[in-house]
Amino acid sequence: MSLHTLSVLVENKPGVLARVAALFSRRGFNIDSLAVGPTEHGDISRMTIVVNVEALPLEQVTKQLNKLVNVIKIVELDSAQSVQRELMLVKVRTDDETRSHVLEVVNLFRARCVDVAPDAVTIEVTGTSDKLKAFVRVLEPYGIKELVQSGMVAIGRGARSITDRSLRALDRSA
Amino acid sequence: MTEQMTGAQALVRALEHVGVDTVFGIPGGAILPAYDPLYDSTKVRHVLVRHEQGAGHAAEGYAQATGRVGVCMATSGPGATNLVTPIADAYMDSVPIVAITGQVASPLIGTDAFQEADIAGITMPITKHNFLVTRAEDIPRTIAEAFHIASTGRPGPVLVDISKDALQSRAGFSWPPVMQLPGYRPVTRPHSKQIREAARLMTEARRPVLYVGGGVHKAGASAELRELAEITGIPVVTTLMARGTFPDSHPQHMGMPGMHGTVSAVGALQQSDLLIALGTRFDDRVTGQLVSFAPHAKVIHADIDPAEISKNRHADVPIVGDCREVIGDLITAVRNEQAEGRKGDYAEWWRILNGYKETYPLGYEQFADGSLAPQYVMERLSAIVGPEAYYVAGVGQHQMWAAQFIGYEHPGTFINSGGAGTMGFAVPAAMGAKMGRPDSTVWAIDGDGCFQMTNQELATCAIEGVPIKVAVIDNGSLGMVRQWQTLFYDERYSNTDLQQVKRIPDFVKLAEAYGCVGLRCERPEDVDATIRKAMEINDVPVVVDFVVHRDAMVWPMVAAGTSNDDIKYARDMAPKWESEE
Repeated sequence: MSLHTLSVLVENKPGVLARVAALFSRRGFNIDSLAVGPTEHGDISRMTIVVNVEALPLEQVTKQLNKLVNVIKIVELDSAQSVQRELMLVKVRTDDETRSHVLEVVNLFRARCVDVAPDAVTIEVTGTSDKLKAFVRVLEPYGIKELVQSGMVAIGRGARSITDRSLRALDRSA
Repeated sequence: MTEQMTGAQALVRALEHVGVDTVFGIPGGAILPAYDPLYDSTKVRHVLVRHEQGAGHAAEGYAQATGRVGVCMATSGPGATNLVTPIADAYMDSVPIVAITGQVASPLIGTDAFQEADIAGITMPITKHNFLVTRAEDIPRTIAEAFHIASTGRPGPVLVDISKDALQSRAGFSWPPVMQLPGYRPVTRPHSKQIREAARLMTEARRPVLYVGGGVHKAGASAELRELAEITGIPVVTTLMARGTFPDSHPQHMGMPGMHGTVSAVGALQQSDLLIALGTRFDDRVTGQLVSFAPHAKVIHADIDPAEISKNRHADVPIVGDCREVIGDLITAVRNEQAEGRKGDYAEWWRILNGYKETYPLGYEQFADGSLAPQYVMERLSAIVGPEAYYVAGVGQHQMWAAQFIGYEHPGTFINSGGAGTMGFAVPAAMGAKMGRPDSTVWAIDGDGCFQMTNQELATCAIEGVPIKVAVIDNGSLGMVRQWQTLFYDERYSNTDLQQVKRIPDFVKLAEAYGCVGLRCERPEDVDATIRKAMEINDVPVVVDFVVHRDAMVWPMVAAGTSNDDIKYARDMAPKWESEE
């Protein structure tokens, strides 16, 4: 199995997320991560879907997604040619003794402290999933009280945008 | 020019504009506003069915007999959920239908209101697309989009769910509306490089087969198919969904492939070195065990749906496009090859295939007690009724016998539920087909199990003047299941006996109760006279109860999950294959 990042432009209409999710569950495809949000066009939303598949089923995933009437375009973002980010908020147990150690880790990872309480700090960190995993590993000994993480969002490097016609879409023609 | 009208009026007007002449349905609370202007329409005939499932299958029968979009209508909640089976059926067989359902008023959606069901959510995985409309002004555009989506690209069912307040409120109506479908662009033009490569492989192959599916008829390409077959001399197999697309009487026709296909068709696929798969999807009922399917063949796969290509079997030459354009381009490309002196040599291949055809023709067992063999009924129907009629089958043994023993010469004349295998399809679908083709004879071929699922539509047929003919192949059991119990469950007939001896219900009396003529035939010597009598009655529907022997089985057979190579043409009788040279 390997991870592939698909950027999917969809019409900003009710029910589109349900259609995509239903397609994945019906066809037995595994979603590793999913993030949805607005784009520079008001009537278009963008989903970043990380799927865990072999190359052949990936072709099926994109072809089936393309059949959804509300799906406009699908592009696979190669990790070398794109910027991929996830956001994590993590609440770590601290006391007067450990707080400075935790803050040191925050600095090392270029994370940010967004809330402080007498017995805990809440930290915001962005990065690739590898970085976030490493961050959590370092903080674990202090005691993680709560953790929440977004799906991955990704964007291609360089001047071109996904809406450019020049960008090769994973499209209908086989 | 924009006219003000209610959403309900806009709906009926839009249906008139897209050319709908027949709607099958049942009114109810949420859809009621639409039925008021429908009452006044002089262009749209509404056919009041007896169960919404009947409306859906009738729309499918109408669509398959005419090539146009079939339309069914139901109210919210249970009315809509009763359409689920025919919608799923249409999705599996790529039948263009539009289902229009009423929905509770938009402020009530999500509150578990009376007769509320999330039909858009329910049908999401079984429609090509669906819509929930809550504003009157969106109705004309949505109807235009629904018909466009249902009928173009790979056809399929589209559901339009309209809230009651959208039907009741007023908005402007103008036609044609501007469709907003930025993500819907079906590819119909095949890639010329792929076509040339396909033609080259066809010329080089020694054992090619044209593996033809339902998509060829849907593309209206049966004439092109015949031309391609004849200029190349390549044998043809027609799947269950393609029966009639290539004439059965044609010497290049090898029959139907698959679980109950002919030895010649199955053998042709298995021993082929090149499959030219046209508008077909390598269904498990055709391939048998996938890894051992046509193991030596390269594959050219043409389909309008890119997701079908390389889904089950890797395509060496994938071609996305409408089959009519694909086959037309292939004809040109093959002619170019031939003009340059390259022509396929399939003489040895034909020697082998003609041997299979001769040695293993379709056959069946006659019963010593003089009881009726169902296959004989099919043969006589075929001989007496002829290939100009439409035959609409249910699902099970009778469906397979109808596919095997009736000779089809014209595309689209065999209508059945292939992918979904929906028992109860035949009677309502035959009604729809007859309404679409009123001048043609339409025979429903049903089993006694299937018939009891949807025969309430005989009332609709009798009242609306739709004189279909129904051949009930009555073996007093759920025959196909019984066959599997015979073969794989040690003859333990768990819950497949419909108690024929008690004659409950009596199908002749049932037919009469529904205002139809009921006939019964129990002996081979009476078959011809009974069929002729049924053919003479054209003012009311006719139901013929053909009481047949319950132990008749469908052969040949490839047991589920096994290799096509292990096909049996009768119980424990395996064909002898010509070994590879």
